[in-house]
Amino acid sequence: MIRFKVNGQEKAFDGDPDMPLLWYLRDVAGLTGTKFGCGMALCGACTVHRNGAAIRSCSTPMKALGGSEITTIEGIAPMHPVQAAWMEIRVPQCGYCQSGQIMQAIALLKKNKNPSDEEIDTAMSGNLCRCGTYQRIRAAIHQAAKHQAAKHPGAKETA
Amino acid sequence: MKLIENVSRRGFLEGTLATGVFILGARLIPEPLWASEGEAAPAPLQPSLWMAIAPDGTVTIIAHRTEMGNGIKTSLPIVLADELGAAWSRVKVEQALGDPKYGDQETDTSHSVRDFFDLMRQTGAAGRLMLIRAAAAHWGVPAAECNTGEPHFVRHRRSGRKLGFGELAEAAAKQPVPSREELKLNPRSAWRYIGKENHHLYDLPDMIDGKAQYGIDQTVAGMVYAAVARPAVLGASVKSHDDTDALKVRGVKQTVVIETFKPPHGHQPMGGVAVIADNTWAAFQGRRKLKVEWDNGSHVGYNSEEFRKTATETARKPGQVIRNIGDVDAAFRNGGTILEAEYYTPHLAHVPMEPPVAVVDVRDGKAYCWAPTQDPQQLQKTLADLLGIKPENVICHVTLLGGGFGRKSFQDFVAEAAVLSQKLHKPVKIVWSREDDIRFCYYHPSAAMYLKAAVGRDGKPSAWLQRSVFQGSASMTDAEVLYPGQDEIDNGWTDVPFDIPNHRAESGPARANVRIGWVRSVTNIFHAFGVQSFADELAHAAEKDPVQYQLALIGPDRKIDFTGTKYQNYGASLDQFPYDTARLKRVIEIAAEKSGWGKRSTALGKGSGLGIAAHRSFLTYVATVVEVEVDSRGQVHIPNVWTAVDAGTVVSPDNVRYQFEGAAVFAASLALFGEITATDGAVHQSNFHNYRIAGMNRAPRHVEVHIVESEAPPAGVGEPGVPPFAPALCNAVFAATGKRVRELPLSKTKLV
Repeated sequence: MIRFKVNGQEKAFDGDPDMPLLWYLRDVAGLTGTKFGCGMALCGACTVHRNGAAIRSCSTPMKALGGSEITTIEGIAPMHPVQAAWMEIRVPQCGYCQSGQIMQAIALLKKNKNPSDEEIDTAMSGNLCRCGTYQRIRAAIHQAAKHQAAKHPGAKETA
Repeated sequence: MKLIENVSRRGFLEGTLATGVFILGARLIPEPLWASEGEAAPAPLQPSLWMAIAPDGTVTIIAHRTEMGNGIKTSLPIVLADELGAAWSRVKVEQALGDPKYGDQETDTSHSVRDFFDLMRQTGAAGRLMLIRAAAAHWGVPAAECNTGEPHFVRHRRSGRKLGFGELAEAAAKQPVPSREELKLNPRSAWRYIGKENHHLYDLPDMIDGKAQYGIDQTVAGMVYAAVARPAVLGASVKSHDDTDALKVRGVKQTVVIETFKPPHGHQPMGGVAVIADNTWAAFQGRRKLKVEWDNGSHVGYNSEEFRKTATETARKPGQVIRNIGDVDAAFRNGGTILEAEYYTPHLAHVPMEPPVAVVDVRDGKAYCWAPTQDPQQLQKTLADLLGIKPENVICHVTLLGGGFGRKSFQDFVAEAAVLSQKLHKPVKIVWSREDDIRFCYYHPSAAMYLKAAVGRDGKPSAWLQRSVFQGSASMTDAEVLYPGQDEIDNGWTDVPFDIPNHRAESGPARANVRIGWVRSVTNIFHAFGVQSFADELAHAAEKDPVQYQLALIGPDRKIDFTGTKYQNYGASLDQFPYDTARLKRVIEIAAEKSGWGKRSTALGKGSGLGIAAHRSFLTYVATVVEVEVDSRGQVHIPNVWTAVDAGTVVSPDNVRYQFEGAAVFAASLALFGEITATDGAVHQSNFHNYRIAGMNRAPRHVEVHIVESEAPPAGVGEPGVPPFAPALCNAVFAATGKRVRELPLSKTKLV
């Protein structure tokens, strides 16, 4: 039995230990906000947080999860500053990859309160978007950084 | 026949509309659309495009076309809302089922707004007039004294009294439907939403918190999951299979053979062996353990590299004449400098981020579908044929699409789920892996183009010959077809807008050995690449500035005369949508000006350059300037793109800009990396490592879109941003490196 938490809730899993977390979330737990894009950690559509860091759930087997705290898009409090920025700048087109983009962006801003364009590019380049929303994603991350700085004016900037 | 009818008291409305007390239907006069050529006759005239107002004031508007990032679920309803006088915040948009009563629902070829803009306005205006008349009757005042100046209210100007839409709904429903002559559309100056800056996107809140429902998110009680092992070669069938190991996988229930289609393949399943399981992962794992032997058919002989050679040879020989002006052969004999070039572009795959996926439940003589489809009525036809039921018994719920780009105009993936559900007597969810998506695509045709010009002392061509050879998508319905359809050859080929006295366009034969389908912007992708690259080659050969050269090549302001051709103009009349060279030149001038063309090109450092290309597609005029930096390893970076767009009347400027920002990224992926190859009939590429799309670090960094203000009728915006991008990029690469790119993807050309 594998024990872990999803969005703060205790979970136990005794199915195929090789099942990727993605399919557990989608088919077993019914949390469909996390998307399938490639199954090989090549596109980032399935990005969730494990203990606060961004991981690709399509390539993380259940057996590696013991004791982990998983956060999915459903576990991000609305309205997270990143989500607010996504709204203001109207980032999504089809929207499919955006859960993954948002989770990746939140993880980036946790480590780096005020990332430069280059740092954003480096952190986000593994999250593919076929509609081509990158320009607005970059702008929204800058915007979210500003929101966060305004909320926590004392926070120390790492960049 | 009345254009709009009041159906408030009819009993056949579904869903939210049934709660409305004031419901208007509009009659759609279907236009002949080039995309439906050769298919079933247009739907009979039936009420369509519903709107309803509930007693609480909620206005429900039906979105009958597919949302896939194009913004159409917002764009058309907001037009209706504007004319109705509704507050957008009080509007609920409901996605229509697939049903011919809505008229055309095939969401491709960028014609949703073009075809339905007027009708949406008329429906809204009819509703507004009925609400106003109801209020006027209530107050006993002339209707002319009332207006909807305050959204969602009718106000009597003189007394200042007002009534909300919800309060008026029931009385409005009893008003006679205005005739077309009575309808007064709002003047442009009164538009509240149309053409205004806003960030409206109906599903935006759901898209940022994971609640938006795509095809892949659909579930039905009791459903099973399927993954299909398909034959690598088109038309192959299962000779034998061994599922012993597959059945040992935890969660796998059984395997089912799906028969291979009888040619032509159309929208039918490819055939293969389905693994049925209780979750997606188990189905994928079970499929990996299957052992299948295949009977290959004739397509096993297909090699894309051989096709390239053959098509290139074919393009050197005379073909079918599509358009002919003057006497090209005589002009070539008369001398001048002869310039020739050959261009080649490979097969492409759409790769929407959401792969093909569907849920189908066949029971009691009906098929209930939940599918991310661009064409729900085709889905109905396809499933009806396969299952032996009537199309109206195929109930198609159109979900949000995680991208489409043309792939989801084909219904093969839904058909697989339907066949399995019929066999298993259970709802079936089918999820294609990315490998399935790339290996079993309807591929964009690969194209060989040959261009030749005789150029005089002034650098202008006296003769121009162009030949294009590619597999036509009519191979879907006729496996033997050799020439592309008229619409396919028209796009960017029949309509080359240059002012050349001797000009001939031709098309050569090519056989399809994989399924052929269109990627966003159709054959314009390669035709614009060939024509706009060659124009740039001529400019450089003449030592002229490419912008000035292109303007001169287009020549005087005029409406292009297509006499003697079968040009279809995207299904629109040339009277309403002429090919206006003044509009094309205008976008070139704007793109050049905004990019700082001239000054900027001279200021750029070594390894950097600007390129321009212009192209009209889907009745929209676009010019794009691309700036490239080629680094010391030969890697191409795209710091800036400037695009000027004349799409006529624009519903949402923000969405239009966004479609063109996105198109630049989409087109950059195709130009930099896009290539599908096949050996012995089987496609090599399988996932994003070998069929790459640009990430943030390789995509254009900054895309600036300038919209030409226009009162011309609305034209397409979803696709027209794609065609000029690749030639502008490759022209910029030439400016930066002196290397001429004549084959895509760009990664095939060594730049250092």
